[in-house]
Amino acid sequence: MSLVTPQAFVLGLSAIGAAVAMFSAIGIGIGQGFAAGKAVEGVARQPEASGDIIKTMLVGQAVTETTGIFAFIVAIVLLFANPFINML
Amino acid sequence: MELGIRKIIGIGNFYITETVIFAWIISLAMIAFAFFSTRKLDKTPKGIQLYAEYFVEAIYNFVQNTMGKHNIKFAPYIGTLFIFLLLGNLLGLLGLRPITANVNTTFALATFTFLLIQYSAIKSRRFKGYIKNMSQPYIFMLPINIIGEISFPISLSFRLFGNITGGTIIMMLAYGGLEKLSELIFKKVPFLMIAIPLPLNLFFDIFEGLLQAFIFTMLTMVFIAHGIPEKNET
Repeated sequence: MSLVTPQAFVLGLSAIGAAVAMFSAIGIGIGQGFAAGKAVEGVARQPEASGDIIKTMLVGQAVTETTGIFAFIVAIVLLFANPFINML
Repeated sequence: MELGIRKIIGIGNFYITETVIFAWIISLAMIAFAFFSTRKLDKTPKGIQLYAEYFVEAIYNFVQNTMGKHNIKFAPYIGTLFIFLLLGNLLGLLGLRPITANVNTTFALATFTFLLIQYSAIKSRRFKGYIKNMSQPYIFMLPINIIGEISFPISLSFRLFGNITGGTIIMMLAYGGLEKLSELIFKKVPFLMIAIPLPLNLFFDIFEGLLQAFIFTMLTMVFIAHGIPEKNET
């Protein structure tokens, strides 16, 4: 008689997997910060173009975010709609 | 608040969810606003007509600045999309579940955007030019370009869904934690939930909702304009 049931083992490892998947947030943080820094430089150099710069920055950051959002989708699927628990 | 689908009415596999009901309510509110703001039109606008004219003018200016003057015919779609997404995201303020926290809503909207992009690209370039534009720079890049086009609605819908769902989960955790914490101090009086979650509400419901609605419409505009060749200005 083992102490850990298969369900508990799968659920625990899925939680670890969700945490590992969210490590991609590091990359997004660096990328979005870089874009924001460059936008600040641009606004400081040309304050009259701030509207366009902020618009472009937001769209660029939204595209940058995509990888992190995919990682987040993987994480919430692992946490809330676990596909592995049905395979047992 | 729970994350799964919440059935309202229906039998067996055919049912109507909470999300669909809220989407209907928002659509009805938009239709009612459009209907009542265009009764008794006046040359000097006042009251509800003034707000409607201001909004329409702002959307037309925005579309013209982003997509160019020859794409002004897309402005009604863009404006409707923006205000629908905005109202849908702001539902979180009322303690309800935002309709965009369901992947079906966002995927339907992104699919419609995708079809509109492909339709306008084929219409403006003709079919031969469309295939030629897709097989740039070389002909063997055609499959890769097709995969890139197909991945666009997936990434667009998951971006909106992921952002709103992440905000919803964090709000849920914050409210749950504050409720439990105040239960430890006073029984049955959740006094810690009064003003402490306000900054979170401000960020995750108002700012994030506004930003994501803007980004969805902005990317739609950019990709539609990208598929249409610019006409020479005469």
